[in-house]
Amino acid sequence: MSNRTESNVYTIIFAIAMVIVVGGLLAFTASALRPMIDNNERLEKQQNILYAMGVNDNDESSAVFVSTKEAPQLFEKYISKQLVIQGDNVSEDENAYLIDVKKEQASAKEGNERRLPLFVGEKDGKTFYIAPIRGKGLWDAIWAYIAMDKDMVVQGAYFDHKGETAGLGANIKQRFFMDDFIGENLMNNGEFKGITVAKGNNDPKNENKNDNKVDAIAGATITGDGVSAMLKSELKQYVPYFETLKNE
Amino acid sequence: MGLLSKKDAALIKDPLADNNPITIQVLGICSALAITAELEAAIVMSVSVLFVLGIGNVVISLMRNIIPSKIRIIVQLIVVAALVIIVDQVLKAFAYELSKTLSVFVGLIITNCIIMGRFEAFALGNGPWRSFLDGIGNSLGYGVILIIVAFFRELLGAGTLLGIKVLGDPIEKTGVYAFGYENNGFMLLAPMALIVVGIIIWIQRTRNTSLVEDH
Repeated sequence: MSNRTESNVYTIIFAIAMVIVVGGLLAFTASALRPMIDNNERLEKQQNILYAMGVNDNDESSAVFVSTKEAPQLFEKYISKQLVIQGDNVSEDENAYLIDVKKEQASAKEGNERRLPLFVGEKDGKTFYIAPIRGKGLWDAIWAYIAMDKDMVVQGAYFDHKGETAGLGANIKQRFFMDDFIGENLMNNGEFKGITVAKGNNDPKNENKNDNKVDAIAGATITGDGVSAMLKSELKQYVPYFETLKNE
Repeated sequence: MGLLSKKDAALIKDPLADNNPITIQVLGICSALAITAELEAAIVMSVSVLFVLGIGNVVISLMRNIIPSKIRIIVQLIVVAALVIIVDQVLKAFAYELSKTLSVFVGLIITNCIIMGRFEAFALGNGPWRSFLDGIGNSLGYGVILIIVAFFRELLGAGTLLGIKVLGDPIEKTGVYAFGYENNGFMLLAPMALIVVGIIIWIQRTRNTSLVEDH
């Protein structure tokens, strides 16, 4: 090692060169791959929405999406309407599924009226209302697609997360957790209650569907609380729309 | 003649036994706690670290004569962060399913002290080929411990291995559960990983007393 690499001038020049090279490399990779990544994310959203309404390739115990190849056709086939709810205003938008829930939450914080996407699916004569929601887990974001009937009884749920603990909080995307939500009522005697991920509700087989509770995952208390809070605060905003369905 | 000289072969073998990164060098402990609650995550993490440490060690080794020593830690951090992010982006574009499984580990890999530890302790002072072998050896040593710990934690904590219910169904009371066996949920919590690592350290040092430090 020479003295050359010890001088301050060399150090500064090296640091600048390093930042330019690495920054350029990352920017190039990110922008070159952006269209492909966007496309993958779009397909994933379609798969998630279809999963929630029961269009999936599930085997006995694990959650399997429809293939990315089929997703666009199936999405077209099963999703009859995509709605954007903004206050009392309900409009149709065929790209509502691309609305970024995170951005909407941020803009609502700044005092704007939030746009709430809701997808209406038809399958085997049943109508599903699927809402995309987003919240906070232990480490990072968690999100879900909840399919409901017109009385806000859950018909299907898909949960996902960015960085929950593997083997604990990360299990919210496992069938044993997600399937518990099917049949659970979000309402209780006409009032919106949400669904609480509860410890010790003495119902591990989840037979009681009207208790507004599902069984929690051991060791994942904070993630579970995040799920409860997300369901409560996010789905509550859809209640006025479901009220209007009753009057129809 | 073998593929590797004796000295080079030692770079691979030593970290698997008497110079193990986790139990002897005490590197990479945080991730050994964080992702050993299930076997699959431990395997994915081990493979990722194998890849990143192998390549990262070579890159740092090639740069070792031009890196200013005053900012070498920052340079190492940038190299590993850039490497991991580029791989993550490429996977997101071409292998989206895989990237979803791995993206959880991106942050864990960048901050994993085993990576910085090997850059600092080995790659900065050795040529690319030997650094590559050192990277492979250490990540294998790291992976072995991770997988052992995860095996016991998943088996005793959840009664499963790689998600398969090997002990029967705890709710339906089949398999060993029919005899009153219960999963030990405590195994799923981070402190138990430390205890399992501790037991491995104990066994290792009992078998080879030369590893015991003098006090």
